Amino acid sequence: MTRRRVLPGLPLSLGITLFYVGLIVVLPLGALVFHAASLGPEDYWRVVSSARAVASYRVTVLSALAATAFNLVFGLALAWVLVRYQFPGKRLVDAIVDLPFALPTAVAGIALTALFAPNGWFGSVLAETGVKVAYTPLGIMIAMSFTSLPFIVRTVQPVLEDLDPTLEEAAQTLGGSDRSIFLRVILPLLMPALLAGLSLSFARSLGEFGAVIFIAGNQPMSTEITALLTFIRLEEYDYQAAAAIASVLLITAFVMLAFTNLLQARALRHTARS
Amino acid sequence: MKIRLDEVVKTFDTFRAVHGVSLDIESGELVALLGPSGSGKTTILRMVAGLEYADGGRILFGEQDATDIPVRDRGVGFVFQHYALFPHMTVAENIGFGMKVSKVRRTKAEVAGRVADLLRLVKLEGLGDRFPTQISGGQRQRVALARALAVDPKVLLLDEPFGALDANVRRDLRRWLREIHDELGITTLFVTHDQEEALDLADRVVILNEGKIVQQGTPEEVCRAPATAFVMKFLGDTNRLRATVKDGIASLDGLTLDAAGCPDGPADIYLRPGDLEWTSEGDGVAATVSRVIDRPDGRRLSVRTGSGETAELDVPPETVVAAGDRGVLRVVRMRVFAA
Repeated sequence: MTRRRVLPGLPLSLGITLFYVGLIVVLPLGALVFHAASLGPEDYWRVVSSARAVASYRVTVLSALAATAFNLVFGLALAWVLVRYQFPGKRLVDAIVDLPFALPTAVAGIALTALFAPNGWFGSVLAETGVKVAYTPLGIMIAMSFTSLPFIVRTVQPVLEDLDPTLEEAAQTLGGSDRSIFLRVILPLLMPALLAGLSLSFARSLGEFGAVIFIAGNQPMSTEITALLTFIRLEEYDYQAAAAIASVLLITAFVMLAFTNLLQARALRHTARS
Repeated sequence: MKIRLDEVVKTFDTFRAVHGVSLDIESGELVALLGPSGSGKTTILRMVAGLEYADGGRILFGEQDATDIPVRDRGVGFVFQHYALFPHMTVAENIGFGMKVSKVRRTKAEVAGRVADLLRLVKLEGLGDRFPTQISGGQRQRVALARALAVDPKVLLLDEPFGALDANVRRDLRRWLREIHDELGITTLFVTHDQEEALDLADRVVILNEGKIVQQGTPEEVCRAPATAFVMKFLGDTNRLRATVKDGIASLDGLTLDAAGCPDGPADIYLRPGDLEWTSEGDGVAATVSRVIDRPDGRRLSVRTGSGETAELDVPPETVVAAGDRGVLRVVRMRVFAA
């Protein structure tokens, strides 16, 4: 006798979702890997380890790391303020957080470029202090952090809202200072959500294209990001090289997501029942 | 440590939660704050802890004015109704938390030794490595107590400590808390809405209603001499029969009862189910049995008096009685309060 299930429709829903994931996620990725693999190991290695490609990895990964680190601090602070304080315009700020999601990234890129260009509002002020943003890695970092900020805010916010206030009160009655309560009680409880937000933010920054290319200047060997290099190879009809470079991004994102999942499992080990 | 509350007031927005409460708690005493929800009992406890600041009045710990001392420096142990254990820490780490964040430096071995002692005190040896989700509710509350005791508090405060537990665990923990209190002699104040818990556990019961103390005394005092009809009703099952008082005599369906000290006019007579006896004839209030409820320790009769009022009384288990029987309620003892 087959086991009866409480909720009907498992085979159907499982079938549809798996088919869909296969069609829109696995198939394109498979095609990418297939294309890259058709190069053969020596050619593959030559393409992915060329000086121009390596320079693009460096600027992409370092900018993405910097953008994620910036979002970690600023996104956490923003989530904290939105959850813990009441102030006029709070709902507006809350809505604005999602704007980078809604805005076409090219629009964001053009807006940022206009602001940070040497004759722009911010750029002209910064130029006097000798800081150049547009057409430098700093600009890439700013574009990346702009488009990936909502990830951290939106993953941390609900967890912070659900944090039991009596935990902080208990820590206070036990003599904990604000600092030690934040570091020993609040931060560890936010850690799984923070890790999820960080990995999403970093993955988005690695792949960001539209917002970055306008502000980056796109000089090979210095401000050319990997996604753009892939695009250039495509325009040259060199599909195999494009796929090879893209596969490096894919592998990096995959390894990073696997690693944060491991960390997350560790941070959540207390929720496992014996 | 002796605690004194002096005319303490607390207002939330427009709602006055606590109206000028004054209370003395002697060193080593175990006191229950008992009252219905909204009576201000938890607010008083939180003010003693420093989790709320009083809007008026003073709170003294010994001779020291503690009113404005922040919670982290007040040296109180607080046990929350829902335990408030840190979910990401093991039982041992939870208990050691207060020692770790303290300004007093302790070595790892000192902390571990103290944690082991406390685990033994709360009878949870061997569970130090578990996470709070991996132990039962009763065990969690014992961990919460051990954690509060770890910082050597001057005062132990418990907010409905057994409220989230089932009845059997609750009874065991109550006895066990009393033993720990007797062993350590720490001044303890706990909040409950369960009169049985308060009477079972406390040296002294403080009964609150609408932000004011209505009566305080030993369990015997509040049970035997309730000061108001509210206390009478709140402490246990009661029957209320309407009567009129004239010259210190209450008359009830032809029966006259001593009501010395009660002003003339309408009055309520309050009786516990054990304050009435069921007889077939004699002096008393005529009544008809409307329902019999059998219980392990006796039978409870639900009756209707001649004037249409209902009452409940307990009779011994061997009493032969059935619904529809007519008889007489004999009043063994009662209390009269002006209506």
